[in-house]
Order: sequence, then structure tokens, then C-alpha cells
Amino acid sequence: MNETPGTEETSAPVVERRLHPVTPLRRAWAPVAVGAGWAFHDPDGAYRRVSDLAAETVLLAGGALVLVASLYGFLTWWFTHFSVTDTELRIRTGLLFRRTAHIRLDRLQAVDLNQPLLARFLGVTKLKMDVIGADKKDELAYLSEPDARALRAELLARAAGFAPEHAREVGEAPAAVLLHVPPNMLAMSLVLSGGMWAWAITGITVPVVLWFLTESLPLVIGTGLPLLGAAGASSVGRFIKEYDWTVGASQDGLRLDHGLLDKAHETVPPGRVQTVHIVEPLLWRRRGWVRIELDVAGSSNDVLVPVAPRAVAEAVIERILPGVVVPSELSRPPSSARWCVPLWWRGYGLAVTETVFAARHGRLRRKLSLVPHAKVQSVRLVQGPWMRRHKVADVHVETGANTSVAARLRPSAEASDLLESQAERSRTGRRAAGPDRWMSQAGA
Amino acid sequence: MTSGAAGVPARTDPEWQGLPAAMLRLRRLLLVLWLVPVTAATAVLLWLFAAPGWALFALIPGFFLVWGWPMLGRNWRSWRYAERADDLLIQRGVMWREETVVPYGRMQLVEVESGPLQRKFGLASLQLHTAAAATDATIPGLDPAEAERLRDRLTELGEARSAGL
Repeated sequence: MNETPGTEETSAPVVERRLHPVTPLRRAWAPVAVGAGWAFHDPDGAYRRVSDLAAETVLLAGGALVLVASLYGFLTWWFTHFSVTDTELRIRTGLLFRRTAHIRLDRLQAVDLNQPLLARFLGVTKLKMDVIGADKKDELAYLSEPDARALRAELLARAAGFAPEHAREVGEAPAAVLLHVPPNMLAMSLVLSGGMWAWAITGITVPVVLWFLTESLPLVIGTGLPLLGAAGASSVGRFIKEYDWTVGASQDGLRLDHGLLDKAHETVPPGRVQTVHIVEPLLWRRRGWVRIELDVAGSSNDVLVPVAPRAVAEAVIERILPGVVVPSELSRPPSSARWCVPLWWRGYGLAVTETVFAARHGRLRRKLSLVPHAKVQSVRLVQGPWMRRHKVADVHVETGANTSVAARLRPSAEASDLLESQAERSRTGRRAAGPDRWMSQAGA
Repeated sequence: MTSGAAGVPARTDPEWQGLPAAMLRLRRLLLVLWLVPVTAATAVLLWLFAAPGWALFALIPGFFLVWGWPMLGRNWRSWRYAERADDLLIQRGVMWREETVVPYGRMQLVEVESGPLQRKFGLASLQLHTAAAATDATIPGLDPAEAERLRDRLTELGEARSAGL
């Protein structure tokens, strides 16, 4: 391993490090994949071309390709550096087009470790940084596993506001397991969710109907395969991804570890969660199971708990939104709302507590969205002519994760009061909320 | 106005500001600039290339012209904004009413824009950005001096009450 070991003195000139030396292998895949893609895309043509050539030419071309690929891989690896300063993570990369990314650590939303299957065999890990506003996720791929863990601990410690001199010594905060989803429960929950069945049923009926209508095999295969693929992705794919789901509590946030083939270790820092959704599919309700989803600005993590009994899930929510009690009583829209949204109007509900704005929607698959008042960016009241006739209005609450939660079909008077009071709460809620650097209050 | 205000009950009314009349003039001018040529072209072309009776189709853009004139007035009257102690209120819409509240502390960026036509009419538009992209707080036409005053005041208030995400 030719990586520079961690520096002892942090104030010394910034030390640039390179990624793990197996990285070129990953990069070398790109040209090979292009070649393979060409051969696959046009198998006959590729075969004809190849068989036209003499054996030596093929070998030579193959050798040249591998050489170019490995050179490309080597050079990109060689020219990628990263370094951690007191306030920033700097990534310098690019052979022809230089790119330098400076990521401000106090704007870091989360740091995730991802291990694809192949990387697990090699003992390397991908480090992914979530930053608001960055479309392209900055990632460091690959680092050796202990290095990646140490780097994550350091980044999070600095983001949390630990003094720079201590950041390196803090190490990885110990995690206490809060919740573990047993595989049979996960499997059962997937069997009981409607999405998979909807895909599977359409995946079977549509090709059958098409067969009787057209009797054209390619058409049947062409429509059937993607549909069945979607069914597979929503069941088997989710099972593989959400297998062994563990939620742990540590100082730098909630730890999510999951995956059967690809391992992922995600961290959700406290105070960065914009919205929490509690999802209850119809068939889970009898068992009292729920699924918890999250909106974190700039992050792609969206599941907090794939399935758990309600009480356990609520305990996890209390961890992530301190002081929040999930409201159990929601007020329904007035009965005049039935003319605006027939049938489904009963699914809407609203509760505003001291800490959160909670709105529910959906009839079969109920979804309760919780927005902490401190995360509300703006409030909007919308009323169309038809809604005005029935004296109802919608109140939308917008958060920083580009989501907007709507309390639909509230009585007009209540809605306009809500608009006022929610703006007020959004302002005052902020004062009560913790600091951006969540450890600095602990006086680290 | 239709039964409009019925939906929103009276409360301690803030000091509402309407938009300048130049805004209405600009919108009406645009309406005329678009629809008069369309009406004329439809009438003339259909008269020449189809039967003269077909030229009656020109009544459709003509109708929109006549209907749009008062509609623009109604819409213009519905736009108003109010600066309150801690937040900015924007109200708009006659049929589809919308009211937006943006706390000053949440403003990330205040933008003042003025196109060539807007400048001709002495107008500028002001847009507020928060961390939520869905926040749609725009005042489409303001007196440039007022827009700048508002921008400076909002930025100042935003800094004083600043809060991130």
C-alpha cells in the first residue's frame, strides 16, 4: 500500500493522499466495457470482423486495448489526490480536464461508505460525500477499508465541530444498535407490499394479452421482460439492498448498515433531516408495521427503516428528531371536501404539535410526513375556485430538501390561520433547534 | 372580483402594497402586441385562401383580446405584498389564489431583474430564493427604486435573522 499514513501534526502543510492502488482496475473497466458493449450490440458484425482478422492481429489489438485501458486507469489514479484541511476536503483530479473540488466540512450533510460486491473481496470501500447543491456526488473510490473508516470518522468529527487537533483522535464514535430488521420480517413485508404484486401481475397479464392479440414473440418478450424486471427490482432487489438492515445510534448520527451483496454504511447526522415520512401500506397495517423514509438535503439516502413495528419505529424517529412525538390524532378535512377529492379526501389529515407539522395523505398506502418547524423554508396557501366554493384550501410547507408537504383540504379559516402560525413557528422553531455543528454544544 | 375574499377572513391586516400601474400597462401592451396581429392575420389569410365566412374564426383571438383586457386588470389588482416584522407576504391570483409567506431568515438570495421592455416601462422584478427550490416568491413588476430598496432591506433583514437549512 503506498498511501501516505496519517500525519501526526495537523497544522503542518496539507498532506495530499492518493486513492487505493486497486482503483485503476475499476477505471480500466471503462474501455473494456465499451468494447464489450459494441460486441454485444452487434454480435454478428463483431464476430465477422473478428474472424476476418488474423489471430495475431486479434491478440495484438486485445493487448493494445488492455494496455491503453490500464494506462488510462493508472493515469487517472495517479492524478487523483485528496487532502483534508481544517475546514475543507479537497479533491484534485483529471488528466486533461483538471477538476478541483473543495468541500466545506461544515456543509457536509453525511458521509457514506459503499462496498460493491467486488470491492468487498478486495477489502476496499467507496466514500461518498453528501453536499447540498452538488448534482454530481463527490466520492472517493476506492480507499482501503480501515482508511475509509478513519477518514469518515475524521470528516464527521470535523463537521461536528470538534477542535481540529482532536478530530483525528476522536476516532469512530461507538454505535449502539437501536434496531435490526430480521430477514424473515423483511421478506414478509415485501410480500405484503402492493407495488411488487402490481408489477408482477401486469408483467404476466400484459404479455399474455399481447400474445393473444398479436402472436408476435419479440413484442411479448420486449414488454414482458422489463415489467418482470421491475417486479424483481421491487422485491428481490429491495430484499438484497435492505437485507440485514441495522440502525445504530452514535454520536455523529444514526448509522445505517445494510446490504446482502453490496454493503453500505450510511450516516444520518442529527439536525440535517428535513422531513420524515412514515409509510403504512394497506397490508402492513394489521401487523402494525411501518416503513420510515427520510429527506436529507443533498443526500440520496431515503430509507431510514425498511420495516419495523410502529413503537420501535417511533423510538427511532425520536432519535433523529429529538423531542418529537409522532402525533396519533389527526384532524380530518371537513366533509365538504368530499366534492373536491372524492373518496380519498378521508385519507388526508393534519396535526401540528409544538415541534412538527404532520400531514397525512393516501387511503390505501398511508403516508404521514413530519416536518420539524425549524426546517420550514416557506409556507404557501393555495385555493382554486372549486375549493373556494367548498370553503377549503391547501397549505404547502416547503423544506430545504426540495420537498413540499401539503396539508390538503383544510377549512379556509383554519388554513389562513395555519399560514400565519406556521410562518411564526418556523421562525421561532429555528431558535430552539440545535446548532449546525451539532457537537459544539456538547463543548467538545 | 368574484366571491374571492370570502375564503380568507379578516385578521390584523398588514400594510399591503400593490404593484405599479406600469405593470398593467406592460401586460396589456403585450396582450395587444400578440393578439392584434394574430387576429388580423387569421382574418386576412382565411378571407383570401378560404371562403370569407371562414374569416369569422378570427373572432377567437379577438375574443381572447377583449376578454383578456379586463382579466389582466383583475389579476394585476390581485397581486400585493407586505413586509412584516419577520416575514414577507405575497398574495396573488383571482381564481387560483395563492399566498406565500417567506420568513426573512430563510432568504438565501434576492434577485432583481429588469428586461429591456420592463426598463422601458420603468419596472423591475424581484425574486426571492430560499433553500427550497419550490419556494416561488416572485414579485413580477416593481418600481426599480422600490425593487432596490426592497432588495437591500430584505438582504439586511435576512442577515440579521439568518438561519441556514
